[in-house]
Order: sequence, then structure tokens, then C-alpha cells
Amino acid sequence: MNEQDEKRIGQLLKKSLPPLGEQAGAGPRRDLWPAMLRRMGDDARRSAVPWFDWALLAAVAAWLALFPGAIPVLLYHL
Amino acid sequence: MPVLEQPSDVLRQFCHGDLDAFEALFRQHQGEVYRWIVRIVRDPAAAEDLTIETFWRIHCAHARFDPERSFGAWARRIATNAALDHLRTARHETELPGDLASPPVPDPDIAEEVRRKTTCAFHRLPPKLKTAATLALIEEQPYQEIAEALGISVGAVKLRVFRALRLLRKELKRQGIEP
Repeated sequence: MNEQDEKRIGQLLKKSLPPLGEQAGAGPRRDLWPAMLRRMGDDARRSAVPWFDWALLAAVAAWLALFPGAIPVLLYHL
Repeated sequence: MPVLEQPSDVLRQFCHGDLDAFEALFRQHQGEVYRWIVRIVRDPAAAEDLTIETFWRIHCAHARFDPERSFGAWARRIATNAALDHLRTARHETELPGDLASPPVPDPDIAEEVRRKTTCAFHRLPPKLKTAATLALIEEQPYQEIAEALGISVGAVKLRVFRALRLLRKELKRQGIEP
């Protein structure tokens, strides 16, 4: 492919897919910050420890407090 | 795209995860990031989502940013990667979406069939080649800016554009169009 071919295809491409021009210069149609905050909030919720895990931890802690003799058994099985 | 530099204290605060500093940077750069992305993906709705995705990646990577460097250039590079990821996964669009306020009008001198086939062939290009060709040939962005945004050399951008043109020529020939 020579330079002329290259130019011709480039021109054809530009005629078929015109540059966005004004559209690209206009910027987003809405303020994106609220959506950004939502995205950050969603992720914080996803990464939060679920309540069930806390409940399980509390149950294990209570069990160990009530039956300290079970600690070596638990450690043995870990 | 002009790179608006920040007072270094805002950038330093951003590096330490300060949300106010991040908001200041977001508000200042969201327009530039959006305009860069919309040039690549040619879909305003997707560009808005990708702008948020870009700033989400920026937020996650705040500790890795060097405040002595340009935030705009860093943001543009992340935006380019987000747009490339989108092009890899998105269905191939053959036309611009209808939500453009005034979509650019194709040249009336070109036959509808040729235009359609060229557009289809272009959308079948690998995303990396398509991005380089879109920015260089359609949007006429400087090669240096494209190279910085893609994280490659100017020579590599030219090579990608050349490969895109070669593939386009081959595909158009296959469809009976002699460019």
C-alpha cells in the first residue's frame, strides 16, 4: 500500500465517519458528580462486611468466653 | 486538549485520599475526559458512563499518582484504557446512536452503500487499531497526544494507523469497493 492509497482510504473514512466536532466539544449533558458519588457508595457497600459475618464472629466470641476450655480444641482444628 | 494544571497542594491532598480534592479534580477535568472518550467511542451515553469509570479508576489509584506530574495526562491515559476496554466488550455499532443532539452529517458525495460498507469495515477493526485510526484520521488529533494517551511511541501510533488502513483496504476490496 503506497502513500496515495493511504490518503485515499483516510479520506473515504473521514467522509463516511465525520468527526464529532461540536458534539465532542460540548461536554457531558449532565453533572456527573452525583453518579460518581453513587458509584463510590455502591462500592463501599459491596466491600462492607455483611451482617451475617459479624453475627458469626459474635457467636464464636461468646462461645469462647463461655467455654474457654474449647480454645485449644478450636486452635487444633484451625 | 489543554491540560489544566492543579495547585500542587490539591494534587497532594488527592494522593492522600482527600475526597474534596478528588471532587475538585473531577469537576475540573470531567469535561476534558468526556470529550476525549466520546471521540474514541462515538457514543455520548457510553462516554458519560466511561467518564465515571475513568474517575473511579483514578480514585482507586490515587496513592499511585505522582503529584509532580500532569493530572490531565494521567487522566487521559486512564480514560483511553477505559474506552479501549469498552470497545473490546461492546457490541459493534455500525451507526452513531440517536441521542446525539446534531449528529455529524456524512459527506453527500459518497454513495450510501460505500459509506455503509466503510463504516462496517471500520467497526470490525481490532479496538487498538480502531482507536488509533479514529483519533488520528477522523478526529485529527496530534500524533504526540495520541501516543501519550495510549502509552506508546509516536512511531507505534503511526504503525497502528497504517495497519488499520491496510486492513480497511483489504476488507473493502473483499466487499467489492476499490478505494
